[in-house]
Amino acid sequence: MRASKSIVIKLILVIMLSCTVIFSITLSYNYYRSSVILEKELENNARNLALSLVNRVEAELLSVSKVADGMSRTLEICRYDKQNIHSLIKTTVEQNPSIYGSTIAFEPYAFNKTRRFYAPYYFRDKGTIQFKPLEESYNYLQYIYWDWYQIPRELGRSEWSEPYFDEGGGNILMTTYSVPFYEVHDGKKRLKGVVSADIGLESLTKLISSVKILKSGYASLYSRTGMVLAHPLKEAIMNETIFNIAEERKDPLLREFGKKMLTGESGFVHFKSLTGIKSWIYYAPIRSTGWTLTVVFPETELLENVRKLSLTMAGIGITGIIFLTLTVAFIASSITKPLRQLAAATQVVASGNFEVALPDVHTKDEVGILTNAFQMMTKSLKEYIRNLTETTAAKERIQSELKVAADIQLSLLPRIFPPFPDHNDFDIFALMDPAKEVGGDFYDFFFIDRDKLCFLIADVSDKGVPAALYMMVTKTLLKSEGQRLGDPDIILSSVNNILAVDDDSCMFATVFLAVLDLKNGEVRFANAGHNPPVLVKEHEVKCLSLHTGFVIGPMPDSCYKTEKITLSPGDILFLYTDGVTEAKNYEEMLFGEKRLIESLNKAPTDSVKEMIYSIRENVRIFSQDCSQSDDITMLAIKYNGPDETK
Amino acid sequence: MSLSRLKRIESYSSPILLVIFVQLFLLFASVPTSVFAQARPKKATLITLWVPQAQFAGYYVAIDKGIYLKHGIDLKILRSGAGYNTFQTLKNGQADFAVLWLVTALKERSAGSKLVNISQTVQRSSMMLISKKTSGINRLEDMKGKKIGLWEGDLAIPARTLFTKYGINFREVRQSQTVNLFLRGGIDVASAMWYNEYHVVLNSGIDADQLNTIFLDKLGMKFPEDGIYTMEKTLKSDPELVDEFAKASLEGWRYAFDHPDEALDIVMKYMHRDEVPANRSHQRWMLLRIKDLMMTNGEPGRFGILQKDDYDAVCKVMFREGLIKHYTEYSNFFKGTHAGK
Repeated sequence: MRASKSIVIKLILVIMLSCTVIFSITLSYNYYRSSVILEKELENNARNLALSLVNRVEAELLSVSKVADGMSRTLEICRYDKQNIHSLIKTTVEQNPSIYGSTIAFEPYAFNKTRRFYAPYYFRDKGTIQFKPLEESYNYLQYIYWDWYQIPRELGRSEWSEPYFDEGGGNILMTTYSVPFYEVHDGKKRLKGVVSADIGLESLTKLISSVKILKSGYASLYSRTGMVLAHPLKEAIMNETIFNIAEERKDPLLREFGKKMLTGESGFVHFKSLTGIKSWIYYAPIRSTGWTLTVVFPETELLENVRKLSLTMAGIGITGIIFLTLTVAFIASSITKPLRQLAAATQVVASGNFEVALPDVHTKDEVGILTNAFQMMTKSLKEYIRNLTETTAAKERIQSELKVAADIQLSLLPRIFPPFPDHNDFDIFALMDPAKEVGGDFYDFFFIDRDKLCFLIADVSDKGVPAALYMMVTKTLLKSEGQRLGDPDIILSSVNNILAVDDDSCMFATVFLAVLDLKNGEVRFANAGHNPPVLVKEHEVKCLSLHTGFVIGPMPDSCYKTEKITLSPGDILFLYTDGVTEAKNYEEMLFGEKRLIESLNKAPTDSVKEMIYSIRENVRIFSQDCSQSDDITMLAIKYNGPDETK
Repeated sequence: MSLSRLKRIESYSSPILLVIFVQLFLLFASVPTSVFAQARPKKATLITLWVPQAQFAGYYVAIDKGIYLKHGIDLKILRSGAGYNTFQTLKNGQADFAVLWLVTALKERSAGSKLVNISQTVQRSSMMLISKKTSGINRLEDMKGKKIGLWEGDLAIPARTLFTKYGINFREVRQSQTVNLFLRGGIDVASAMWYNEYHVVLNSGIDADQLNTIFLDKLGMKFPEDGIYTMEKTLKSDPELVDEFAKASLEGWRYAFDHPDEALDIVMKYMHRDEVPANRSHQRWMLLRIKDLMMTNGEPGRFGILQKDDYDAVCKVMFREGLIKHYTEYSNFFKGTHAGK
């Protein structure tokens, strides 16, 4: 259940995150591009707005300056008297609504020799044209020291004055266009005076102040010294220059901006406006006066529409992503529903119940294929388990039968020790530890006659049931032939010939067979490919060197040789199969003859039983818990000397 | 109110009345002796050299902070500026006190008006000659033959003295109250007060490093400027008033320097009242420069005092230049007993 949930969650997460990332990038790019486009468009708009304002101001200024220029030319060309002068000035003011006031101001004694100062001034006052003699009305500073007179006089060219309050003259805030005029006397050009025409600042600044840009944008006007002429900051007008403001705000950037602005160039900059709002500012010069006009577009208001659009888009996007998420969740869960059912069913299957019904899937998609495959698998598993159950039952039966066979086999070997309690002249002990349930080794001993004991040890090739059967046949043959024939070589030859006939199984056995004469300790023996026995004397333990002989069983007419040794009383003959010397430990080392001899050297010799147990223990210690690969069979016989009692 | 009279009141007053009288007594005791001596402050008038601006911050601050009142003076500062004659106002008795330049005072005294200095505020000349670096005037000698703007009257005395001393011939152009003629290149060199026109030029978009400046003071023109003056007869008739006025004025100055923002608020208020173009950054600059000029860096004990050396030097120069016919002893001229403390 959790697995299917995590698939749904993973799907939702991945799809939602991807969508969000893609959407965010798209939205950001859109915002950025829109801003850039807007900015470009804005620059054009700002330029157009600024230039149209500049043109209107310039037109106004030009209409004034042209008139003054004309007056000055007239004065230079024509002769004039007091009356002419008055009517010229008065008519000029009357006919030019842009002109607030005008004067023709003369150099000292230039008008006539008796009048030091002469500057008749006509100006508008409440709709009428008024007259004022400036030489008298300026009550503390003679007109020749006013900027409007002094600057063109000293520079010898027409100039627009800085805006000023004409106290004593026009008594308004104005800017004055002044043109020096000359007379040529004896070929020398001599300054006669200055013609001036005033323009009220109010009408100009009104024009600028009336411009409203968005909510808080504005147009502003600065004089050539940076004096604020028109600006929403009313208290700064005619009081502060942009540089004063920069100083008061400790803003060197503003000072730099002000300097740049007043160079007479135009430009478009992103800057904090004087009202403290990040804005786009276009500035352009008003060439005739050297003023600067700026239009200020507040950035936030400018980008408001873009931001609104972006917000709407973001809203739509988020709704879309939520919708997408829900859809994905629905589809994912409907896809994983059969999977979930299958998972639930398989859990039941896993617990061992193959009878559970798998969900019905009719689709041909992966889930359908998976369900079909699972159905097949369940069926196969059911079949397999049934077979396995049967096989296991069969195997169990065979194993129990083998166990019985092993018991029977063991029971065939003499297992009662001492076997001949009435014989003191020898001790005999033997044991066999089969490697599998049914082994191939065997031993036997029996009397051939009263004094002759035949004993043997044998190892049938292979193991298991065939070996056991072969062993039984061989053992029976050896006993019957041994009791009948008496001589070891003849016994082996006879048994070999019997076994070799009709031997299709290609089995064979190694046999060591010996006959002990209890009267004199003489042992006559023959070997058929078996390990040589070990003779344990009081101070010496050694393998018998003997004729190897060929194994019995595979080939008829093999020849064997009877050899003999004589045992002294106390001597022990130790017979064993290769299960002893070939016992392995974990390092794959063999127990070996050398270790066997050493073990026999240390083993107790009083009791053959003890001796064999001791060897068995040594082999067990050597091989630790390594599984036994071959039957281990040992037989020891100790000759005690002839029994005098018999 | 004498103690004996208090006792008489006490004899027939209720305990509550007694408490009130004791409290009143304590209240009066906490007021400075001058007020205590005369319950009603004396009316007095002051005329400054020019319209309200930080150049006169100390006086406006002393009024607004009640410092004159504390010293028993109900002061009124008369209007001044273009068209007003400060000295004449003092001379004809319309004003009890006036802020005047030392050279003006010496000239008028030589001309027969008995006026005395009761405190010398501006210790040294604030006059500068400024030129644009582009005009290539790097030294005084370079000014020979150039168009130089000089103000009318006494304000030009230090500069004229300097040019005479160094034998500089130049073309004089009378300079108005604006610096526009200089900014537009109508004159090569302009007169400027360190605390005023120089800053106006800087705030017209010209950087300090675009200007060459010559301080007259640095060329040996030791002309102390603003000082507080009164007529000798005022001093004789009411020495206490004169003394308290000088004290209160200097206290006002100290307060202004210690509280520049408050002082600027006060000055700006008076500028708005008189409808004078008011510009806080300019006034701040002016207040700080006036402080420099009054405190004469590193020379303690000069605050408000006209130095005898300075006085003698200015008298000698002016006499030599023919600006004055005679001059009086330092002790007859400077009566600032409380200054410098």
